[in-house]
Amino acid sequence: MTITAGKKKEKLDRLAELAGRDDERGVSLWKEAFRRLRRNPAAIIGAVILAIFVLVALIGPFLVPYSPTDTIGIREGLIRPGTIPGADGDHWLGYDHQGRDEFSRLIVGARQTLLVGVVSTLIGLAVGAVIGGVAGAAAGLGGRWGRAIDNALMRVIDMMLALPSLLLAVSIAALLGASLTTVMIAVGVVSVPVFARLLRGSMISQANSDYVLAATSLGVKKPKIALSHVVPNSLAPVIVQATLTLATAIIEAAALSFLGLGNPDTAVPEWGVMLADAQQYLGIRPGLAIYPAVAIIITALGFTLLGEAMREALDPKLRK
Amino acid sequence: MFRFIVRRLLQLIPTLFGLSLLLFIWLRRLPGGPETAILGERGTPEMRAAIRRSMGLDEPILVQYGRFVRRLIRLDLGTSTSTKRSVVSEFLERFPGTVELTVTALVIAIGVGIPLGYLAARRRGRLLDHLSVGGSLIGICIPVFFLAYVLKAIFSENLGWFPSSGRQDPTIDATRITNFFVLDGIMTREWDAAADAIWHLVLPGLALASIPLAIIVRITRASVLEVLNEDFVRTAEAKGLTERTVRRRHVLRNSLLPVVTSIGLLTGGLLSGAVLTETVFAFTGIGAFIYDAINQRDYPVLMGFILIIAVVYVLVNLLVDLSYSLIDPRVRVR
Repeated sequence: MTITAGKKKEKLDRLAELAGRDDERGVSLWKEAFRRLRRNPAAIIGAVILAIFVLVALIGPFLVPYSPTDTIGIREGLIRPGTIPGADGDHWLGYDHQGRDEFSRLIVGARQTLLVGVVSTLIGLAVGAVIGGVAGAAAGLGGRWGRAIDNALMRVIDMMLALPSLLLAVSIAALLGASLTTVMIAVGVVSVPVFARLLRGSMISQANSDYVLAATSLGVKKPKIALSHVVPNSLAPVIVQATLTLATAIIEAAALSFLGLGNPDTAVPEWGVMLADAQQYLGIRPGLAIYPAVAIIITALGFTLLGEAMREALDPKLRK
Repeated sequence: MFRFIVRRLLQLIPTLFGLSLLLFIWLRRLPGGPETAILGERGTPEMRAAIRRSMGLDEPILVQYGRFVRRLIRLDLGTSTSTKRSVVSEFLERFPGTVELTVTALVIAIGVGIPLGYLAARRRGRLLDHLSVGGSLIGICIPVFFLAYVLKAIFSENLGWFPSSGRQDPTIDATRITNFFVLDGIMTREWDAAADAIWHLVLPGLALASIPLAIIVRITRASVLEVLNEDFVRTAEAKGLTERTVRRRHVLRNSLLPVVTSIGLLTGGLLSGAVLTETVFAFTGIGAFIYDAINQRDYPVLMGFILIIAVVYVLVNLLVDLSYSLIDPRVRVR
């Protein structure tokens, strides 16, 4: 009797020890994901691109050789109708159509582009997460009334999805009048339904999990379960989507500028506006369009690479 | 199946009702009305008021909306305030162009995307795989209008292979029946007109196809990779089916479901992209017209066009849902 009990105890001790060791190694979803992210070359490339982009946006304006608003070319009589001079020794990428140094504008433009991308994504994320979070909590925990709330909210989201995104953005821009804030709101609103659906879906799939059952049986209030248990566990796909949306936000903002609904204040350079302005001079100096376009593509690529790598790293199917 | 279709169509009604009410109120909040677009800045307040009265814009908004709904039931969407023609006939004249453009883009995206995604998955980790994954990443990141300009500059202005604008060479005296230029050409046996219309579709179609193509390649690739690991594929191989049969009937067919879903969701994005490509190629579709309508505060056109687009979007996604049961017999729609 005592022998078997001792053996049993030994066994339990060993199990506990194993479990403890497992804990020490850190099995948290985020730690594990970060470890895998570091091993993914695509993630590293994306992160490096973004680090350079953010660095340029932050300190670039202090380092540029010329003022981005100084019309040097016109002052020196270099810009005549039909000619825009290209690169020379001092002006690495030549001048833009108003005789301003293109390289300086490109560098300074990074800041505005980053601002538009981040703010509009945050707008979409905030509004979408509130709608999706309420709908998800109501659907997962709220009984019949909850389902009704969820249904009503999702019909609104469906309506937004049924409208072509650019049309939605264009009509918002028309409603608010052309300005930088308008661009951010218009681009942000377009991504609201995506975030809302994603968070809702993710929360509903969490609602049946054991930890919700455990919290319910311990008598935790439903709003508290939703806010402090379900939402944090449902955020991973939303964060991945936000990274990917940063890329599309920059591209959508460029599309709005192309349609003439961008920031009317052209003194502050922004890549989308620069690209849109350059369309008129494609025949004379295609470079004016190519430089900002390549800058937009590389930045969008950085966000997309990092976002996709995060999606892979957080995918539970790929976890060991 | 029949009940499923009827229920989905009935669900459409409250959605459209809500959408139209929201749009109605929202559009009327746009600063400046059609009277400003017609009169410019010079109109006197009396002239403005007269125009607003003649359009019924001086009545309470719910009265206006009630009138709109009564007409809508008779499928009458009203008259454009800027062109003075009925919204329905404006739509029928322009929508075929946009449909031709989006269908071309979809054909390119599906025709190239599914085989490419499939091959990339089969040759995972090899050159073709890296090229298609890399290419699709860039495809997502290129602004559509920029790609449209690049294609136009290279293949039309420099090489002269394709026309740079319009839907058809104006010197061709083509008969119009449906306003689908390609279809009209085939129906009237005016083969040169049909061929010319197709020729005009290539470059804008390619530009518009970039994003859907990239998405379809990625989804097909991921889906095929997942199906390749399924037990039934191993079973099919083990029971001695030829590789060809396994690939076609087991792998490809089972991996199509997520691809078809994505095609339905891409429709909205395609219509957005169409606005941009139509602008670059001066292509007569609904894109430029809607854009003008916003600037002109042409409420009837905006309401009508946006509602029809929403209906089209919902119908396309209904078709997508129905096609599930064709692709996968396990899916039964109820």
